[in-house]
Amino acid sequence: MMTTKTAGGIVQFFNRLALGVLGAIALVSFAAQAPAHAQLRAQVVGEQYIPLRIAVPDFDGTGPNAAQIAQDISNVLRADLGSSAPFRVLDKTAFIEKDLDITLQPIFANWTVAGLETQALVVGNVVVNTANNAMTVQFRLWDVYGQKLQYEMGYEVPTPLNWRRLAHKVADDIFTQLTGDPGYFDSRVVFVSKTPGDEPFKGRLAIMDQDGANAEFLLSNYAAVINPRFSPTDQVVLYGAYIPDPRYPGATLLRTYLYDLATGRQEILAEGAGQLDFSARFSPDGKSIVFNRAERGNTDIYKIDLASRRLTRLTTDSSIDVSPSFSPDGTQIVFQSDRGGSKQLYIMNADGSRMSCPRGGSGDACRITFGEAGYSFTDPVWSPRGDWIAFSRQGGGQFVIGVIQKDGSGMRILTDGYQDESPTWSPNGRVIAFERTASRGAGPKIHSIDLTGRNERRLPTPRDATNPTWGPVLKMQ
Amino acid sequence: MRTFSLSLLATATIALAACASNPPPEPPPTPSASNTTTVTPPVQPPVQPPRVTPPPSGPLAGSKADFAVKATDRVYFDYDAYNLDSDDQRSLSSQIAWLKQFPSTRVEVQGHADERGTRDYNIALGERRAQSVKSFLVAQGIAENRIQTISFGKDKPLDPGHDEAAWSRNRNSYTNVIVEAIS
Repeated sequence: MMTTKTAGGIVQFFNRLALGVLGAIALVSFAAQAPAHAQLRAQVVGEQYIPLRIAVPDFDGTGPNAAQIAQDISNVLRADLGSSAPFRVLDKTAFIEKDLDITLQPIFANWTVAGLETQALVVGNVVVNTANNAMTVQFRLWDVYGQKLQYEMGYEVPTPLNWRRLAHKVADDIFTQLTGDPGYFDSRVVFVSKTPGDEPFKGRLAIMDQDGANAEFLLSNYAAVINPRFSPTDQVVLYGAYIPDPRYPGATLLRTYLYDLATGRQEILAEGAGQLDFSARFSPDGKSIVFNRAERGNTDIYKIDLASRRLTRLTTDSSIDVSPSFSPDGTQIVFQSDRGGSKQLYIMNADGSRMSCPRGGSGDACRITFGEAGYSFTDPVWSPRGDWIAFSRQGGGQFVIGVIQKDGSGMRILTDGYQDESPTWSPNGRVIAFERTASRGAGPKIHSIDLTGRNERRLPTPRDATNPTWGPVLKMQ
Repeated sequence: MRTFSLSLLATATIALAACASNPPPEPPPTPSASNTTTVTPPVQPPVQPPRVTPPPSGPLAGSKADFAVKATDRVYFDYDAYNLDSDDQRSLSSQIAWLKQFPSTRVEVQGHADERGTRDYNIALGERRAQSVKSFLVAQGIAENRIQTISFGKDKPLDPGHDEAAWSRNRNSYTNVIVEAIS
C-alpha cells in the first residue's frame, strides 16, 4: 500500500506490481469493491449461456493522446468480451447516453430502452499524466436492471505502451464478475508457424496474445518444431525439434527442449539415443512431465520429475500408447491407446496404482471411449477445470473436436471440420483452441470454440499455424 | 531474450534448414589417376592394375548415390500398418546386399506416415515402420549398431498431394546412408 487518494468518488489503494513477463512495466492496482449480495451473472441454461447483454461505451480520455488510447482500450475490451460466449456486446451506435462520466451514476432508463435492454454497463476512463509518465485506467461495472454498482477497479502503468494488457485485465475482471469463472483474456498462445509453400516439415515456434495480437517468432532460427506445450503455471514451454545428428551429418534427432520464455534459457530434456521421446506435457504443478517414448517399435508413456530427473515408466502395453495429459489434480492421466484394437481413450492413475474399471479396461487403465460406428479417439487433453477431456475424433472421413467426461459420459462433438486436431484449453477451461485443416490440402489454421459448442472463430495468425498451446493467465508480480 | 542460449542448437538448426530438403547427393568426383593409385595396396607390384575401377559415369562405389542406384531405398506400407510384405522384403534384400558389400557404411532408417492421423500417433507409427525395417536388416545379418532410426510421423511427406495416391506413397520407410564407404 503506497498511497490512498480519492478521485472520482472511487477510493483507490495503490499496490505496485511488476508484470514479470513483460519486463519493466509496473502495474498499480486500485481497490476492488465488490458487493457480496445478488450479483448480476450470465445465465446458463442446460449447457448453453444466455448471452448477457453488455454495453461498453468508449472510455473517456484525459491527457495527451488519452482519447486515442481510451478508444483503443475500449475496442480491445469489446473484442475480448464479444469473442466470448457468455456475452453479447451491444452496438455502441445504439447508445442514447454518450460521453459517460465515471464519477456519475448512469441514467439507467437510457440503457433499458427497447432494443438495447442493457444488463451490464461498463463505464471507464483513461488518464495520461505527463507529470509522472503514468497512465491510469479505471472502470465501473453497473448492474443496469438492479440499478447498482457491482464492481469497480483501476490499474496504473508508468507508460501507455502496454495498453493492450490493461484492456485484457479489465476484460478478465468483467468476465470474472459476470460469470464467476476466472478470466482468460490476459494470456498467450504458443504455436508452430508454417510458411505456405515450404516443406510441411519446417515450422517455427511462435507466440501471440490470445486474440492474435503481437504475434512473433520465439526462436531466431528456422527449424522443424513440433508439439509445443505451455506450462500451466509459468511462462515456460516444452517443445520438440528435429535437429541434425551431431555425430552423423545427414541424420536427424528429435530433441525435447524446455524453454523459459522470460529468460530465453533453453535446456535439452531428451534426445533420442536408441529411443524417440516426444509429445511431452507438464503436470498441473509444472514440476514433472509426461511424455511418449518409442523404443524398438513400441511407444509407451513415461513420467520424469524435473527436479530429481527420476524417470518412471507408466505403461508397458505392447500397443501404441500416446498423448498423455494429466488431470488438474495430478492424480490421473488420460491417454490414447490402440490396445483394444482401435485408437481409443484410457485413463490411468498417475502413481501406477490399480483401478476398477466399470466400463472396460484391465485395471491398470480404464477405457472411456468405445469407438461406436468405427470412430477413433485421439489427442486427449484434460481441462484445467477437470470437468472435461477434449479430444479429436477420427471417422467418417473427418476429424472433429469433442469433449467427454472422465467416466466416459456426456460426450459432445463441438466442431465439424475436415481435420480438427491438437486441442488446447483456455486457462479457465471455457474455450478450446485447435488446429484446423479446413479441406484437403488447405493450409492449417488455429480456431477456437466455446465449451458449449458455440462461438467458433479463427484465431488470426500471420501464416499457417499448427499445434496451438494456450498458456496460463499472465501474472502480476 | 528470446534467442537461443544454446549455441549448439543454433548451429544445428541452421544446418537443419540446409539439409531439410534432402538435397541431391554431391556429384561423385571424377575418377583420376591419383584416385586409382590410392586404392592400390602398397604391397602390390606397381604394375598391378587397380582392383577397384569406378565406372566412368556412375556413382562412386559405396556412396549414398551408389546405394540409390543399386538398392531400393524405400519400402511402402498399408494404411495404419507396419508389416513387411514380400515386395518390401525383396527391396530390403537389395539394401542388405549393398550393406554387406560396404561394411563400413551406416544408415538411418526414417519412418513416415500419411496425414490421416494425429501427430503423436503417426510419430509412433513411423517409428514402428522404421523398426520393422531395422529388425529385418538385423535378422539378415546387418550389425545393429550400423542402423539408427527416426520417425517423422506425418510431417515430412514424400508426396505433397492429398489423395490416396499421395497417401500410399507417404506411408513409407526410407533408408538414408549417413556414413559412406571410403574408397
